[in-house]
Amino acid sequence: MVAPIIELQSVNKWYGEFHVLRNINLTVKKGERIVVCGPSGSGKSTMIRCINRLEEHQKGHIIVDGTELTNDLKNIDAIRREVGMVFQHFNLFPHLTVLENLTIGPIWVLKKPKAEAEETAMKYLNRVRIPEQANKYPGQLSGGQQQRVAIARSLCMNPKIMLFDEPTSALDPEMVKEVLDVMVGLAEEGGMTMICVTHEMGFARKVADRVIFMDRGEIIEQNTPDEFFSNPQNERTQLFLSQILH
Amino acid sequence: MTTATESLPPPTASTGPIGWIRERLFSSPLNTILTVLSVWLILMSLPPFIEWALIKANFTAATSQECRAGGGACWAFIGVKYRLMLFGLYPYDEQWRPLLASIFLIGLIVASCMPRFWNLSIVIMWPVGLVLVAILMWGGILGLKYVENTLWGGLPLTLILATFGIALAFPFGVMLALGRRSRMPAIKTLCVLYIELIRGVPLISMLFMSSVMLPLFLPEGFSIDKLLRAQIAIILFAAAYLAEVVRGGLQAIPKGQYEGADSLGLSYGQKMGLVILPQALKIVIPPLVSLFIAVFKDTSLVVIIGIYDLMQSTKVALTDPAWRGFSIEAYIFVSVIYFVFCYSMSKYSQNLESRLATGHKR
Amino acid sequence: MADFQGKGAQSAPQRRLSWNDPDVRSVVYQVVAVFTVGVIAWFLISNTLHNLSIRNISTGFDFLGRESGFAIGESPIAFGPENTYARAVLVGLLNTIRVAVIGIILATILGTIIGIARLSKNWLIAKLSMIYVEVIRNVPLLLQLFFWYAIITETLPGPRQAVNLLPGVFMSNRGIKVPAPTDHFAFDLAAIGFLLAFVLIFLMVHLAKKRQDATGKAFPVYRGGLALLISMPLLGWLIGGAPLELDVPKLQGFNFVGGATLTPEFAALLFGLVLYTAGFIAEVVRAGIQAVSYGQWEAAGALGLSRSQTLRLIVLPQSLRVIIPPMTSQYLNLTKNSSLAVAIGYPDIVSIANTTLNQTGQAIEGIMIIMAVYLTISLSISFFMNWYNKHIALVER
Repeated sequence: MVAPIIELQSVNKWYGEFHVLRNINLTVKKGERIVVCGPSGSGKSTMIRCINRLEEHQKGHIIVDGTELTNDLKNIDAIRREVGMVFQHFNLFPHLTVLENLTIGPIWVLKKPKAEAEETAMKYLNRVRIPEQANKYPGQLSGGQQQRVAIARSLCMNPKIMLFDEPTSALDPEMVKEVLDVMVGLAEEGGMTMICVTHEMGFARKVADRVIFMDRGEIIEQNTPDEFFSNPQNERTQLFLSQILH
Repeated sequence: MTTATESLPPPTASTGPIGWIRERLFSSPLNTILTVLSVWLILMSLPPFIEWALIKANFTAATSQECRAGGGACWAFIGVKYRLMLFGLYPYDEQWRPLLASIFLIGLIVASCMPRFWNLSIVIMWPVGLVLVAILMWGGILGLKYVENTLWGGLPLTLILATFGIALAFPFGVMLALGRRSRMPAIKTLCVLYIELIRGVPLISMLFMSSVMLPLFLPEGFSIDKLLRAQIAIILFAAAYLAEVVRGGLQAIPKGQYEGADSLGLSYGQKMGLVILPQALKIVIPPLVSLFIAVFKDTSLVVIIGIYDLMQSTKVALTDPAWRGFSIEAYIFVSVIYFVFCYSMSKYSQNLESRLATGHKR
Repeated sequence: MADFQGKGAQSAPQRRLSWNDPDVRSVVYQVVAVFTVGVIAWFLISNTLHNLSIRNISTGFDFLGRESGFAIGESPIAFGPENTYARAVLVGLLNTIRVAVIGIILATILGTIIGIARLSKNWLIAKLSMIYVEVIRNVPLLLQLFFWYAIITETLPGPRQAVNLLPGVFMSNRGIKVPAPTDHFAFDLAAIGFLLAFVLIFLMVHLAKKRQDATGKAFPVYRGGLALLISMPLLGWLIGGAPLELDVPKLQGFNFVGGATLTPEFAALLFGLVLYTAGFIAEVVRAGIQAVSYGQWEAAGALGLSRSQTLRLIVLPQSLRVIIPPMTSQYLNLTKNSSLAVAIGYPDIVSIANTTLNQTGQAIEGIMIIMAVYLTISLSISFFMNWYNKHIALVER
């Protein structure tokens, strides 16, 4: 039995007095593709942000690829090198060109020589189908293009795990497809563990191995996409699905 | 499971007073060192200051020797001199008049800050208010004794210089701002030259210029009194800075507003007066308040050309041979006055800014 | 020229001069404006010339060549009453530049520290900096200058009981005396070493970047730079024979002899200007750091960049864009505010021009000198800022 690549054991988190994550237990196998959904405020973004320590959990254990996530900076750095993240608002660095955005991580964190970093960058820019934008600045690109650059930026670090925090929520409708296509391509390649917080149920049906529903800080239900959409067990899941699948 | 798990309280080490202290004061080695250093600094300076200012201080002495004897601050000096510092050389019995004038001016300023007056009433309030203040200060009519302006001084004078300064600079500054944005090259150049020239030189040089050069500019036989010269310098100075602030507001108005007004057939004057300026001025209220605070502080510079504002009357109070050497007490007293005015204005402006910002969010 | 009743007219109809033509109006307005300004200017100038002649005041800048007849309290170059007015103006200018440059450097350092402290997670530090900023910004600068001047001249004891906190440093109501390096050439070598360090640092940074591009290995440039800045002057001093003699101030009679002096006027002006401007710079720095959205920190962290790498490569470049324009405007304010020196007796350009114009009666020339100096400084700083803004503007659609 292979050890899970991500393990959350009885994870609890509070914002002040507000109990935002309640006793979360989750195991993720290597190469698994997971979609997390739920109403806003359910803690789904918080949960995945705990995995790369953008948020700190107060109780419980998080173990990523064998290393436990604690206050030890060395552990945090090691884990962040293995985990890539794509944000809702892209968070590209506006003062650097697209190419520089992609190479900054490999050069300063992975200590790669510049030529090698640029080669990897162009490879991934080709993957997300915008190699001609390499020398432009983020401000000159459309939302969909920026998000694709953001995905390429995370991929350049060669992560084992990719986290997506509502990657298409901030995009105009006509640009959602181009980003989802990239994500589907990534999933279908296989090998990459992906955890995606999203409302795009079509994407979930297409590539997810597991769909997880969260509400008010707890994991309510998890199942394969077919079972999840056709046979929701919990009434809260049913309520949520009826609201978003109309 | 269909029922929600109940919400648990967070671990005590992370909230409550202990959690707060840990998080805010001792969260890392660097923070711990800084906290310790700050506390040490406070303990080193605050108790001796309180001892000097309050414990050993003398509030009621009658002579300076008696006051100094305690070794602490001599607030009795303020008690003896406060009317001189606050009202300057204004005749003792008539000092209720500058006091009333100050209250009117403060009232005028406060009323201008309240949104419910932001319409035509403000345009009426100001000239009426300023005329009232002028009558109170000068007198000579309505049974009030005439007091020439060389005797005016202290806080009312500071308020007058600042309020009249900004009020009269206002129309001039708005015209400069409109002129700078004009497409007529000659007018634009004249306005730019004026604004950049004035903003590039210190207020002191403007005060010198007006006190020394204005008499030379006038034909023989005419003269301007010192206070008017200082007031003119402050008006010219404030107008340039005001112009830049208003220009910022004009630039922030979307082009669509100008086009809408044009398409209705409004003339330039109507467009600016009815559509653009009301919106622009509302946007720039916070920087306008900052400008007023700055002008209020800058009126202290008239000390250098010998006008008896709050600063100068304080300096004069300090020259009394019977009460020498209490500069620190006097300066603290005056600082508190300035601080109270400026701080309230700036706090108000911040409050206003957040209130107005919500109005603009869609 | 086609007649506009003609059929198929080929050229534009002839324009008639009409008040309804916006171009005509524009020209008329401008002509009227320029004419009015011109008339007013002529009126003022003719009055002035007339008034000057009846008061027997000469015009022109010849007075600059005359002997000044007054002494100046402190000056970086030698000056005595026998020197010309022109030289006096030069001294004023140098004094202004001296206090402005030192003031800007110190205010920037202090202001940046306080600005960062305002954002600290440490509640005590954040609150203390806030109190500092609010108090400093709401009290007039002139009052603060008077306050510091009063503290130095009234509360510090006389030279005989001078406060001696550090060896060789004496604070009294005659000013602050510090030890100064003697004329020994070892100190000159140390100064050369310091300058050489900058050259070496430049080389080091360049070579380190090349190596990183090629092999990916980073070189600790900050530690290397610091090491150079310390070791090069030290080396120079050692080569010169490592002399330990410093010109230490010694009490002789009623005052100190030797060492370097900071007069009460200079000290009060510098202190007041630095503390005041630092309050404003702190707010500028705080706004600049807050202008960079938190998402940038998160994205950099998610990539694995350390906090200091994030600050250096991602946050600081973006916040500098927001900080530099208001910062330069504060530098300008500090320079203009140094003109308040005239109130506490420090001989800056305004103070000396004022003395000059009182003695020669040539007020206009005196004021023109003051305004020319400040305008030159302001306009150069504005030019630089405009150039800088265009240069680093974020490229957008």
